[in-house]
Amino acid sequence: MTETNSFKMEFLSRSANESFARAVVACFAAQLDPTLEELGDIKTAVSEAVTNCIVHAYPDTIGKIRLRVRILDGDTVEITVKDFGCGIEDVAKARQPMFTTGGEERSGMGFTIMESFMDKLIVRSKPGKGTTVVMRRKIQRRESAK
Amino acid sequence: MNIRSTFEDGRLTIYFEGELDHHAARDALRQIEERIDATCPRETVLDFKGLTFMDSSGIAVVVKAYKRTSQVGGKLSVTNLGPQPRRVLQAAGVERFVRVIVTPKEV
Repeated sequence: MTETNSFKMEFLSRSANESFARAVVACFAAQLDPTLEELGDIKTAVSEAVTNCIVHAYPDTIGKIRLRVRILDGDTVEITVKDFGCGIEDVAKARQPMFTTGGEERSGMGFTIMESFMDKLIVRSKPGKGTTVVMRRKIQRRESAK
Repeated sequence: MNIRSTFEDGRLTIYFEGELDHHAARDALRQIEERIDATCPRETVLDFKGLTFMDSSGIAVVVKAYKRTSQVGGKLSVTNLGPQPRRVLQAAGVERFVRVIVTPKEV
């Protein structure tokens, strides 16, 4: 796939940055003229990925979160969220719906939502090293009346 | 996230305004619990008219409101759901146990 545009940023795992991260990604994705539904799906998926870093990767510390967004082939948004936190022992288990180690404040639906709202979800993790989540969503071409 | 509520004839209506994510959820959960415990409603209505965004943290909030209201013998409904919050709740199957009012009588 050919990269036609991209950006990278790094921010701290503070919960105030959840809304910041999803807003930045939505602004960048806007160049593909997505529908409100597509934009909503992307924002939701970013929110889930960043929240996972804050809640699970860095439970007792503040760490760094790296976000990279690429436009591929002129129609696909690829979002990479990377942390350097505690990692996930069993990725398959973590991806199961309703599974959570976050207590009753969390629903255990984060990965399920990323999976169902995006076309592709890749989760790579090493305990003690960190986790990388890569998501892709193709933006449908619209017969827009501009 | 702003939360306010009214209580009338056994019905507790909780209004949400803003974005409901993990950052906002802890405070939202606490306020919902407090209001349900204080009023013991026959019905709790979560009014999402002013809600502009919700992620899976909102699922935990709805589930919590459901459990707490059930404990005091009441029912939970959700109303004025925008398309984005609705997709999130649908993904979690929340509509199987919570009544979603599609066209409210009063807005």
